[in-house]
Amino acid sequence: MCDAGGVRMNLATGPDPTDLLTLPWSVPLEEWPHEHLVSLPRGISRHVVRFATIGGTVYAVKEIAQETAQREYGLLRSLARAGIPVVEAVGVVSGRATPAGEPLDSALVTKHLRFSLPYRALFSRRLDHDLETKLLDALAELIVKLHLAGFAWGDCSLSNTLFRRDAGALSAYLVDAETGQLHPRLSDGQRDYDLELARTNLGGELLDLQGAGLLSASVDPITTAESVVDRYCRLWDELTRPQTISADEWDRIEQRLRRLNALGYDVSQIEVDEVEGRPEIFLQTQVVEAGHHRRRLQQLTGLDVGENQARRILNDLDTFRAQAVMPGTDVDEAEVARHWKSDVFEPVVALIGPELAAKLEPAEFYHEVLEHRWFLSEAAGRSVPLEKAARSYIDTVLRFRPDERAVLDPTLMGVGQVEAAEDS
Amino acid sequence: MASISFQKAQRWYPGADTPAVPGIDLEIEDGEFMVLVGPSGCGKSTTLRMLAGLEEVNSGHIFIGDRDVTKVPPKDRDIAMVFQNYALYPHMTVADNMAFALKMAKVPKDEQDRRVKDAARILGLEEYLDRKPKALSGGQRQRVAMGRAIVRNPQVFCMDEPLSNLDAKMRVHTRTDIAKLQRDLGVTTVYVTHDQVEAMTMGDRVAVMKLGELQQVDTPLNLYDKPANLFVAGFIGSPQMNLLEGVAANGAVELGGYAMPLGEAAPHAEGKVTVGIRPESWRIVAASEGGLAVVVTVVEELGADGFAYGTADLDGTAVDIIVRVGGREAVHKGETLHVVPEPSKVHVFDTATGERLS
Ligand SMILES: Nc1ncnc2c1ncn2[C@@H]1O[C@H](COP(=O)(O)OP(=O)(O)OP(=O)(O)O)[C@@H](O)[C@H]1O
Ligand SMILES: Nc1ncnc2c1ncn2[C@@H]1O[C@H](COP(=O)(O)OP(=O)(O)OP(=O)(O)O)[C@@H](O)[C@H]1O
Ligand SMILES: [Mg+2]
Ligand SMILES: [Mg+2]
Repeated sequence: MCDAGGVRMNLATGPDPTDLLTLPWSVPLEEWPHEHLVSLPRGISRHVVRFATIGGTVYAVKEIAQETAQREYGLLRSLARAGIPVVEAVGVVSGRATPAGEPLDSALVTKHLRFSLPYRALFSRRLDHDLETKLLDALAELIVKLHLAGFAWGDCSLSNTLFRRDAGALSAYLVDAETGQLHPRLSDGQRDYDLELARTNLGGELLDLQGAGLLSASVDPITTAESVVDRYCRLWDELTRPQTISADEWDRIEQRLRRLNALGYDVSQIEVDEVEGRPEIFLQTQVVEAGHHRRRLQQLTGLDVGENQARRILNDLDTFRAQAVMPGTDVDEAEVARHWKSDVFEPVVALIGPELAAKLEPAEFYHEVLEHRWFLSEAAGRSVPLEKAARSYIDTVLRFRPDERAVLDPTLMGVGQVEAAEDS
Repeated sequence: MASISFQKAQRWYPGADTPAVPGIDLEIEDGEFMVLVGPSGCGKSTTLRMLAGLEEVNSGHIFIGDRDVTKVPPKDRDIAMVFQNYALYPHMTVADNMAFALKMAKVPKDEQDRRVKDAARILGLEEYLDRKPKALSGGQRQRVAMGRAIVRNPQVFCMDEPLSNLDAKMRVHTRTDIAKLQRDLGVTTVYVTHDQVEAMTMGDRVAVMKLGELQQVDTPLNLYDKPANLFVAGFIGSPQMNLLEGVAANGAVELGGYAMPLGEAAPHAEGKVTVGIRPESWRIVAASEGGLAVVVTVVEELGADGFAYGTADLDGTAVDIIVRVGGREAVHKGETLHVVPEPSKVHVFDTATGERLS
């Protein structure tokens, strides 16, 4: 907590409060001078949201009522603790007033999620031909994660989600938790309602993209929006469905666990009940945390990357181990991972160089290089060294990609609810 | 159009120790605007969601008209749930912004057009139908959002805190808009809010809830004039009703040396009671006339009138008292006021049960 001239800041540990104090809190957010702001694309929103930069860090500032700000802050922090991908809540600034004493709404401050892409940016600079599928898969998975954690979103939409590249796929992050509720467990009705909202909001957003001429002609906004529900249900069933197995099929429990791990989920509890009078076992797994691969890679290497990126890198690590370690010798896993990181990963990533650093996140770059190497090797009919593949990728692909660390696209600057229509 | 009847409808969330709504009985008339109000967590949303079919009813029944809908899926109930959040899409016309839910529900195009036109006429948006939302004022944008619900032509509207995201000014404006619209359309409406002012200004009747139970279902005026228990008395009205605990005997209540006459309110009350006096029901009297002595700590001037906030000493305990004062009455911080209640405006409650005695 920090007090300065009536303005109160409740901050999470981390940012230096004196940094945030340099912002003009006594001015309504809409009138903040340009020197403090960066123009980054935004989703549709009803509140005023601006991006401010201080000492190299970009913050998102949203002007909302004190109680709402406090509530949203709390929810974002709880979700983050539960391992859900959300934007990082930094603090709430309250007690704001103009020099004339006119009170101003509070401000919720979050960290701008680096390399995140609002959906409009993804559509307007389309790099993936199957963007809609990737987007919907990511969104459906985010809703599943939230529901597993007992969070009823209450306002699921593309505007309230940010996307990040994740080993060729996309992963979704929640930005707007304002309407959410956290319970130990959700009822089916609460989940259905979220899906209904998702379907409706997506329908509107896709129709809007169509109106803006950004949707492929082959995509039907309505059936596409509807498909989010199927995608969700498939994953939800896979993760939560109880299973009946016969008493001599214990290995099927292990299969199930492996399958859930492969999907990226960890299981906290297995409930095995005998089915009365029958030689069968009722198996109910309780899936808790998403991010199985991500956590494992972080333990091994300290790298914090997306779930798919982690899966990809762990495979690469396995290959490395197979090559680097003599068969039959017993070498510590973490030891091998350290060698891989310093001898393989870091040298490749270092090739990017500062002038291209804003193009792609290092882990995504690494994934792309692995892909690129595969193509090169196929074409050459032999295995191409990683370093060579990396140089080739940088010269033939990376250089020509748009920057994504903080998308600076003049046609998308500060897209809000109403301004957006002016761009079209 | 339809009436609604909740009959001991119960909702128990999976894994919870107690039901969120143990069993609600509530009759809503055809065309009525019913507001469910109460503090956070009292079960308003759960009740509404049971009606909309979004929450399973564990026991009891819900009827819409003559039809038992307890087990009917949401889409077959002919209810429009008005979302708490709405977004207007900048690249779509006002007409498309209103129609897109119909499009998603696969309503034929000519039917869509007809319903959008009808709604636009009711909302005064006809001339904007082909424009983009950016051409609209804030109030008109709210109306487009309402239009989305109207075009669905339902038997019942369910609204869960639809104004919670608006700023104070827009909220007051939209409140009147919704209430008027509902009266014009005559569609039975159930509206959930935690804000008692909103409830009192919008509802034909208001159902006050606490811990999953209905406390009182009545017109706004009756809730204000005859609160059924202490909870309703304290919840309805702003600033709050003054609630003072004392012992009743011989037609009066002993309040720190002041024997407040109970008059006709509850002449035979005995024992521990709580008297309720609304801030506007006090009369300031001369010190010589007795009354309750209140030391003023804050004066809030609102123009035509104002409120004096102070404390009274009731046998060693400082109790907060709010007194409405006329704009011309000069009341100052630090001053001691002597106040007596308007005899016909005294509410008396049983302190132990909270029930109204007067
Ligand atoms: N931390 C962040 N990093 C990147 N972008 C952000 C961040 N916070 C907000 N944004 C952008 O700002 C937009 C608006 O934010 P948000 O959804 O929280 O506002 P809102 O007014 O509450 O929206 P709604 O109308 O849905 O309630 C988002 O769509 C997102 O694009
Ligand atoms: N999935 C759930 N599991 C357990 N308890 C729940 C669940 N969902 C809601 N509840 C509880 O049920 C009770 C009633 O909730 P409900 O949302 O109906 O209240 P409300 O009056 O609408 O409150 P608010 O104004 O905060 O929305 C609360 O105590 C709430 O915490
Ligand atoms: Mg939002
Ligand atoms: Mg929001």
